[in-house]
Amino acid sequence: MSKAELIRLAVIVFLIGMLEALCRTGIIPTITAIPPSAMFEALFKILASGKFNQDIAVTLRNVSVAITAAMLVGIVLGTLLQSLPAVRRIFDPLFATYYAVPMYAFYPLLIVVLGLGDLPQIAIGFLLAVVAVLLNTLNGLDRVPPVLLKTAQVHRLGLIRTALKVRLPFAAPYIFTGFKLAVAYSFIGVIGAEFITSNRGIGYEIAFAYNNFDNRVMYPMILLVLMVVITVNMSLHHWEKRLMERRLR
Amino acid sequence: MRWRDSALLIVILLAAWQLLYFAVGDVALSSPARTFQAAARMLGDARFWPHTRETLLAFCQAFAIALAIGLAIGLTLGASRLTGEVAEPLLVALYSIPKVTLYPVILLVFGIGMPAKVAFGAIHGIVPISLFAMNAIRDISPVHLRTARVLRLSPSETATKILLRAALPEIVTGIRVGFSLTLIGTLLGEMFGAQRGLGFLLMQAMSLHEMERIMSLTLLLVIFAATVNAGLLALERRLSPSAGLSDGPLARG
Repeated sequence: MSKAELIRLAVIVFLIGMLEALCRTGIIPTITAIPPSAMFEALFKILASGKFNQDIAVTLRNVSVAITAAMLVGIVLGTLLQSLPAVRRIFDPLFATYYAVPMYAFYPLLIVVLGLGDLPQIAIGFLLAVVAVLLNTLNGLDRVPPVLLKTAQVHRLGLIRTALKVRLPFAAPYIFTGFKLAVAYSFIGVIGAEFITSNRGIGYEIAFAYNNFDNRVMYPMILLVLMVVITVNMSLHHWEKRLMERRLR
Repeated sequence: MRWRDSALLIVILLAAWQLLYFAVGDVALSSPARTFQAAARMLGDARFWPHTRETLLAFCQAFAIALAIGLAIGLTLGASRLTGEVAEPLLVALYSIPKVTLYPVILLVFGIGMPAKVAFGAIHGIVPISLFAMNAIRDISPVHLRTARVLRLSPSETATKILLRAALPEIVTGIRVGFSLTLIGTLLGEMFGAQRGLGFLLMQAMSLHEMERIMSLTLLLVIFAATVNAGLLALERRLSPSAGLSDGPLARG
């Protein structure tokens, strides 16, 4: 472990320890927060009892659907836009302002249009994620060296084959950045939407527990979300590193 | 040229909206013309302004806090390689968690009302602002610092004439991202456990199924966010003429 990693670990342990101490001594009352050790214990019990398994499965499934859709649509649209500079110029201001727009403001609208199922939540996750994928695809495709395209021409590859065999593989590391953002944004979108209004999912259970002052459910579920998101992010980070190392060889 | 493209984009978006309206009908969507009329009516309605003021007040406080804390954290952590290395993964992790799940905690700590909204908006903004400021300071090329030493600039001169100039474009990018996230945070904060504000109006309209109101509120919010964003984007471009359009902060996460 490097020095930075050790210090980081120490900082995290210190913060958790502080919270534990503050809760145990009653400086933070139980109505506000329960100690981290109790959170872990309750989370373990909840997972073992399987009470929320269905909610967890629904949320993870919706997030996966949002990510998959965002990746497909983002990469295809990005590739198309990159080959149509005139169209791209028109849409550039839209992409530049896209993330300034409070996406949740569209949630009421999406519920009315898509109904009260899983679709509005998936749609919010998808909408948040897709433009990140698209922008990173564009960014990667812009950097393909002309010599590779000339090689493709020499080999008489068609447009689609050039895209699949040369351009997209070259852009892959940039698209991976888009993928990481898509994962984070899909989680944010889906769980946020569940929290606002829905009838199942992790976000819904947190909101429900909050409304009932049920800290023994609320905090473990929050902890679960944090742990899942952080674990997914860290594994993606390591995977990316491995891929980059292989590429350099 | 840019103006023509922007106008074209707005026409395309309005056309898409109108077409969608034709497709799904009155129940699910209100037409562009009716929405603009409703928005204009809303702006003329005296009952609308206290809510707007409430939201603006919460947002301004949250943004001021996010700026102060975010810049302080970012500039401090960016000053040394080690602190930056320690903090970056933590900040990125904070950036990627769905912060809305933390809202109950905020409500428990601050109680329902203005302070909770402000705090929730601020935590949305602090992370990107500090992340970008930290990287801005860390990425300053050593050549700049050596030049400052060769020219025998004093520490304060180095800070204002070299460091700030070199880091400013990226800091402004962070402020732009922080601006929109703070707005999202404040509105989200108003969507639950609030009796006033635009977020509250949105939730109310949603439960009453008032399509025109939902859409005109959304429209006004989008126009506000887009305008400020365009202003900050223009500032960013003036500070760094080399920055591209699509190659924005999101490309780097």
